[in-house]
Amino acid sequence: MASRLRGGGSALPGLVAERVDPGFLAHALSRVSDGIVVVSGTNGKTTTTKMLVAVLRAHGRTVFTNPTGSNFTRGVISSMLGELPLHGRLRADLAVLELDEAHALKFAATVKPTHALLLNVARDQLDRFAEIDHTAKLLASLAEQTTQGVVLNLDDSFISRIRDRVARGVSVTWFGVDESIADRLPELQEQDVRFDDDFTPPVAGPDDGLLKPHDERSFSILFGEYGSGAVGPLELQQRGLAAMINATAATTTARSLLGASFDPRVAAEALAAVTPPFGRGEVVMVDGQPLELVLVKNPAGFTVALGTYGSTPVATMVAINDNYADGRDVSWLYDVSFESLRERGVAVTSGVRGYDMALRLSYDDVAVEEVEPDLDRALDEFLARHPDEPKRIFCTYTAMMALRRTLAARYDLPDIGEEAQ
Amino acid sequence: MTSHDETQPGGTPGDVPIPGEPAGSARVPDAEHEGKGVIHVVHLYPREMSIYGDLGNTRAIAARIRRHGYVPVVHQHHPGGEFPEQAHLILGGGGQDSGQVRVEDDLERIADRLRSMADAGTPMLMICGMYQLFGNAFITVEGQRLPGLGILDVTTQGNAKRMIGPVVLTTDFGDVVGYENHSGSTTLGDRQAPFGTVRSGQGNNGTDRTEGARTGNVIGSYLHGPILPANPTLADALIGYAAELATGRPFEPVPQDDGLADEARTRQVRRLVKR
Repeated sequence: MASRLRGGGSALPGLVAERVDPGFLAHALSRVSDGIVVVSGTNGKTTTTKMLVAVLRAHGRTVFTNPTGSNFTRGVISSMLGELPLHGRLRADLAVLELDEAHALKFAATVKPTHALLLNVARDQLDRFAEIDHTAKLLASLAEQTTQGVVLNLDDSFISRIRDRVARGVSVTWFGVDESIADRLPELQEQDVRFDDDFTPPVAGPDDGLLKPHDERSFSILFGEYGSGAVGPLELQQRGLAAMINATAATTTARSLLGASFDPRVAAEALAAVTPPFGRGEVVMVDGQPLELVLVKNPAGFTVALGTYGSTPVATMVAINDNYADGRDVSWLYDVSFESLRERGVAVTSGVRGYDMALRLSYDDVAVEEVEPDLDRALDEFLARHPDEPKRIFCTYTAMMALRRTLAARYDLPDIGEEAQ
Repeated sequence: MTSHDETQPGGTPGDVPIPGEPAGSARVPDAEHEGKGVIHVVHLYPREMSIYGDLGNTRAIAARIRRHGYVPVVHQHHPGGEFPEQAHLILGGGGQDSGQVRVEDDLERIADRLRSMADAGTPMLMICGMYQLFGNAFITVEGQRLPGLGILDVTTQGNAKRMIGPVVLTTDFGDVVGYENHSGSTTLGDRQAPFGTVRSGQGNNGTDRTEGARTGNVIGSYLHGPILPANPTLADALIGYAAELATGRPFEPVPQDDGLADEARTRQVRRLVKR
């Protein structure tokens, strides 16, 4: 109970520790023997971190992580306070930390990561990072400060260019997609408009992991010559191509960390058991019908979410807030195509920018039954209109937190601080 | 009359998808499908200069042209490409520094064409980065002077500080809402009219309460949002100018139901303007 109180999703205890002792992090992590791994990038950090931790733990490693989606340094310290023994040093073989681009650098200024997994670069909360190029530079700088190995996205040229920035002696491992699905990459990625035309794209080697889907749910991760060391076939609990790519990134990283003790069968079992992090396809049972909560925060993420769920259209609500954590600029909604919602239409749009969302949908000829900016009233309306069928809510971060609070008060769902146990 | 021309620049494999825009909207319609008239719309550098949803302006323009009974032909002009022979409405957006650098040479190449079209009354809406490039010059933080097209009499000084946030303006087209995100600080020439007066937000420079610039039918502004969907009066004004240019007749609008846009806009005004 005490650790719950100190840990959870709050950054406040961490803020206190950071003020008291700036060397706190370095000290606490000084006995983590086998690696300090930072996971960063725009999309998929939480899911990938969860998968990587699961695979490492399934191999018998003790792993410290920041499981709450509180991915700033203070959040890391906060989760740490719950686990620290009296001498103030963590007992763990490995630390796997999810950090956003800016905070990953702050962290590296205090503790040099041994490994970094860099997922992708997309437009996200531009008020904070201002420009994609800037974000890519932050990640490159993180890679420069990494001491043993980096794992990079083969297919995202913002990330793959970072190859040339790592220090001598630091290994570069790739994850990516098999050429059989390369044509689906544009739906997942930002356009790179730079013009260093002399860049030669990397080619996967035997230690690099490639995603090969077999159908909508089943896939393998290929390693080695002709995929001789494949992980899978397996199915994740979380749906969609993006989750499969996250699993590929996590598995490739785990394999490079574990070396000879990596067991493909153990990895596949661990991945299959990972439950979706909250808000990433989390399902709440409401009066006997599933209600899915899907977090959307940038064009690439929303596009992937629509693609993932487009094949099973259900009653849909969209909730858009514009607080700082949501991204204050809602322009990005016009970089997403909503045509896949056209057939069923949208039951309710909500949130502070609910009318802007309805307006956006009108330009894609998607019918909207009702606009109700108040989230609780919108939720009631949505549940009342579609009582006997599966439902889905696409929502920005603070809209999801509010909806989740309301749902938690009424139905059985885990606290946010508990979900990653 | 250049109908049935399959080799025109729009709709080529190099084009970027405009979310929501139907396939083939770059094709010129047959004579019997011209509606009240064919309006050629050109989006400048959609790949390099439309990072903040600015393609939504082009989508809104094309959709509203159809709703008014006209037929849009949506061209995309890319660096090195041939500028469309016909152009009645030109749109441009914001970009990253890397995108801006990439279009500079091409912009110089088509500068005379753009200047003569501006003089002839062609409506143009240039947002953020393209607004700066339509000015006299951009002066970098280091003091380097990068010349612009000079269609708008404005000069932009690079800044360390970014001006970011929601904006409300009073303009010739009524209240206008949007979102600014720029590090350049823009100053109007002595006789240059602004696009609007700032009621909430920073505008051109955060000090003189001007936002954007307007010369004839050419409008420059920092407002993303994108600006046109939530401000349909502005969108229809641009379409009106373009329709007259395209057909030689006065604009014949169809009354529109803009209830969602009006609600979205007035809510932003109420939230942001302190009384």
